[in-house]
Amino acid sequence: MANPVSVSDVLIIGGGLMGASAALFLRQRGRSVTLLESDLVGRQASGTNFGNVRRQGRPLHQLPLANRALAIWRRANELLSADVEYLQSGHIRVCYRERPENIAKMEEYAAEARHVGLDLELLTGNALRDRFPFFGPDVLAGSYSAMDGHANPRLTAPAFARAAQRAGAQVFENTRIIHAAKQGTDFVVTAEDGRTFQAPVLLITAGAWGNKLSQQFGEPVPITPRGPNMSVTEPVPYAIAPAVGVMTPVEEETVYFRQVARGNIILGGSTRGPSYPDQYRAYVLPQNTMKQLKQIRRLAPALANLNIIRVWSGIEGYLPDSLPVMGPSATTSGLFYAFGFSGSGFQIGPGVGETMAELIDTGTTSIDLSHYDIARFQKVES
Amino acid sequence: MADREINPRVVVVGAGPAGVRAAQTLLAAGIRPVVIDEAARAGGQIYRRQPANFRRNHQALYGTEAARAQAVHDGFDAIASAVDYRPDTLVWNIADGQVWTASEKGYATVAYDALILCTGATDRLMPVNGWHYAGTYSLGAAQVALKAQACAIGANVLFMGSGPLLYLVASQYVKAGAKVAAVLDTSPFSNRLRAAVDLIAQPAILADGVALTRALAKAGVPVLTGVTPLEITGDTDGGVNGARVRLADGTERHFAADAVALGYHLRPETQLADLARCDFAFDAKTRQWLPRRDPDGRASVAGVYLAGDGARILGARSAEVSGRLAALAALADLGRPVDPLTLTHLRRQVASYARFARGLATAFPWPHEQAANLPDEAIVCRCEAVTAGDLRRVVNETGAKEANRAKAFSRVGMGRCQGRYCGHAGAEVIAACANIPVEQVGRLRGQAPVKPLPVAIAPEGEE
Repeated sequence: MANPVSVSDVLIIGGGLMGASAALFLRQRGRSVTLLESDLVGRQASGTNFGNVRRQGRPLHQLPLANRALAIWRRANELLSADVEYLQSGHIRVCYRERPENIAKMEEYAAEARHVGLDLELLTGNALRDRFPFFGPDVLAGSYSAMDGHANPRLTAPAFARAAQRAGAQVFENTRIIHAAKQGTDFVVTAEDGRTFQAPVLLITAGAWGNKLSQQFGEPVPITPRGPNMSVTEPVPYAIAPAVGVMTPVEEETVYFRQVARGNIILGGSTRGPSYPDQYRAYVLPQNTMKQLKQIRRLAPALANLNIIRVWSGIEGYLPDSLPVMGPSATTSGLFYAFGFSGSGFQIGPGVGETMAELIDTGTTSIDLSHYDIARFQKVES
Repeated sequence: MADREINPRVVVVGAGPAGVRAAQTLLAAGIRPVVIDEAARAGGQIYRRQPANFRRNHQALYGTEAARAQAVHDGFDAIASAVDYRPDTLVWNIADGQVWTASEKGYATVAYDALILCTGATDRLMPVNGWHYAGTYSLGAAQVALKAQACAIGANVLFMGSGPLLYLVASQYVKAGAKVAAVLDTSPFSNRLRAAVDLIAQPAILADGVALTRALAKAGVPVLTGVTPLEITGDTDGGVNGARVRLADGTERHFAADAVALGYHLRPETQLADLARCDFAFDAKTRQWLPRRDPDGRASVAGVYLAGDGARILGARSAEVSGRLAALAALADLGRPVDPLTLTHLRRQVASYARFARGLATAFPWPHEQAANLPDEAIVCRCEAVTAGDLRRVVNETGAKEANRAKAFSRVGMGRCQGRYCGHAGAEVIAACANIPVEQVGRLRGQAPVKPLPVAIAPEGEE
């Protein structure tokens, strides 16, 4: 066998936000790192998502991780020496009149979240409309998180990768790993073109492609590739500070929007589209764009005066319970996973990277990872 | 499958010369196509019609092309009621065998067995410092103002760029009584001599071109070749006041003007081919990505056909022929009898126009080398105000050398035109900065909607 291209303390497969941030934090802990990306860093789920830096609405058990991430977001520009357009401009989550029971759910969530460091303010009636006059008549109530906000996903993962590189990590793009195995004490992974990379620790952060690697270690997961349904309007004067979203059990109603400093309003949600990991393409289905616009008009009727100038999607990996796989392998020592974030990994991304770096470096973490154990899928199948 | 053979659904997008001839060919074969056109009246761009209440005659509007324009217009008028004609309608996306349309009435879908894309062309633009000042128009826009609205873009207009349209529009302005300050062609005259071997393929068009140049000279318009644009001068409030250029002999000169028409030949409108998931290939001669097609116009995706300048820039006359060819290809694929001799005849004509187009590309090359010399402050992407310096900084600081990557980091091509006007120039700036061949930069991926789409849009027939 040819000599490996790199021998390092940790090999990371998958250059999204999770892998790139883990690379940076591992370097800060003095570990040598090689980050392998099959395409270009941060191009799929990490780069094409809505850009919500949103804690509210996450499962309560995930809030410590989200809080950890928030602390990183707040110093991201300094940490990365790059502007990732992070705005701590608030996030408001609203419910519709036809589901008044959601108010009680919002209250309950707010009461419990307060104990985990997330302060939410409930707004109804005039109080809601005075502060956020753009909501339509169907909007009944809102839950406002002042410390949430949004950032630019196109810039974030690449900025982490560049920072990791400056800190000494080796980053290999256009490096498609087709085989991974543990040989003795080290993992050896092989790229399509025959190059090999070696390390005693392997972290798989390969998003929708994660299962292709985890199954090589006897841990298949039922991951489904899908794609976010995104649109953007022409730029208009900056007027909407918070990111806005709808709380509803109906997927089609689940839309959200935010205005970027440049003035464009980014619209997301309603029905997700298909994506094709083998082709590295995801397509926005026109019917989904139409459903999204209809729901956006309901949420904020004034947006009907604008035009959308572009739509896009990307490749995201969804797991059946919408929770990621995150933590150590159940079969192989030295192997770790952080993938399958099911369309809600952006905000927690830097926290995931820091937590995985801590786990790999110290063997433990204060973050509870029990909900994300890969073994949960093996139990179901056997 | 049986219904597809008996009553196939054929959609033609675009009612310029290619679309009109394709629709006629289909109708003659007993198929009633759906013809979807963005314009209010059929004719396309080069044979664009004036609004219905305007009264200029064809000779006044189209000059040497009057008879051809008349034939295309009459040809479509004769079939307009026999086809399913949808004017003022944009095709903004394609998916799963359906085109998605948008119009004042709302959105709708049209399913197809065969889709003939005759999407035409727009100006190919190379930025020059100052081109964002009010008063700089593309050559095509300058021509549209004249043809559609009988307006000149200024009282003293400077024509700058290269390609046949530079001379055509300048002479149309002269003929319409507008003052033309000068015609400044970036291509050296010697290129035309080298191109003669291919240009001779279409002697009549060549003769028309030579006559245009003579007419300009006769009208006293300075026509200079081998010119290098340095900047369009002016200011944000007052707009354009002229252009500073370097002449072929190396001296600098300023031409005063209150408007500049700028353009370097044309580029195909390929977004729909892209959305239909057609393959593209790099054309080294013209330094651009074009959808792959066979000689009859079949794209890489079954059931999709490409004709006219939307596939490659061969001109309006060739578009009439390639429109017919694409329709015949669709008919053949739908199991209809097609006369092989007709195919041979039409293919031969297209080949001749292709040779002529090769000559034009030699005579009036895309001045890609200008991209390397653009000053950092020159705006490349006007929608998003991204300068050459912004783009170079992204290339140098982040290593983004791929078109979509550079777009993600710099916003180049991210605005409402989606890079249709800055995409080629942006790729050249990246290639020059990164010192790589422009084909390695790739091309901006097309995304729906092809043109801005109202958030308010609802299904046709719904309020």
